Amino acid sequence: MAMEPELSISFYSRPIYLGCIRQMLDALCGRLGLPSKEAARICLAIDEAICNVIRHGYENDPDGRIELEISRIGGSEPQLQIDILDRAKAVDLDTIRSRDLDEVRPGGLGVHIIKEIMSHVEYSHRDGGGMRLRLRHALPAGGTKGSLKTNG
Amino acid sequence: MDEQAPMTMAVDRHDDFTVLRPEGDIDLSSSPGLRAQLRDITESTQSKIIVDLKGVPYMDSSGVATLVELLQSCRRNEIELVLCQLGERVLSVFQIARLDGVFTIADTLDAAREHES
Repeated sequence: MAMEPELSISFYSRPIYLGCIRQMLDALCGRLGLPSKEAARICLAIDEAICNVIRHGYENDPDGRIELEISRIGGSEPQLQIDILDRAKAVDLDTIRSRDLDEVRPGGLGVHIIKEIMSHVEYSHRDGGGMRLRLRHALPAGGTKGSLKTNG
Repeated sequence: MDEQAPMTMAVDRHDDFTVLRPEGDIDLSSSPGLRAQLRDITESTQSKIIVDLKGVPYMDSSGVATLVELLQSCRRNEIELVLCQLGERVLSVFQIARLDGVFTIADTLDAAREHES
């Protein structure tokens, strides 16, 4: 059975929401015991992933829907899991890759940044159309401040 | 709802350099506005450009791309470009993108002013 996300947010594919999402994630990462530097890096990775959906998935159409699902996977090596789901066009999975960084040009850095920061990066096609990006990052064992349900 | 976040940028023109001071987060909602402002400024200056990022707490790859465009424009026009006063979060993006060695980055505004290519 698929696990229910701890926290789920649905929003339109509009850049104006990026700042709010970063603030929420930053606060959540702090609550989960992550140092502020790590929290900032995770916020950057999620920001880049959402930007890619807006720009490449929905091609800047502001009326697409994006869902962010956040879970905590427990066990001896707890992890933060963040899924980013859309109903945009399906992308050939083999074409999603980092570009050559030796070439100094604007754009194309998002996938590299995501892969550099997150320990697990998995793109897949969704039933019914669209994409799912599953990202994971290690959490400090027993680092959660307050009660947050643990899956897994 | 307005889909573009406001991007304010102070411009201080001196005899031999111009200091640009953007304020606020630079992300996909604000970088198009910044790009347009930078284009206008680079078209009207021949002297060194210093981008003081003290007032920028956050930047994503769209902001970095905007500055790469500025760098390319400066190189074409033989104008020196120096970035200065990058906070830890902003510097980290340049390091992840391995662009910290491509841009001239100074710790302080004085160091940026004194830097000569």
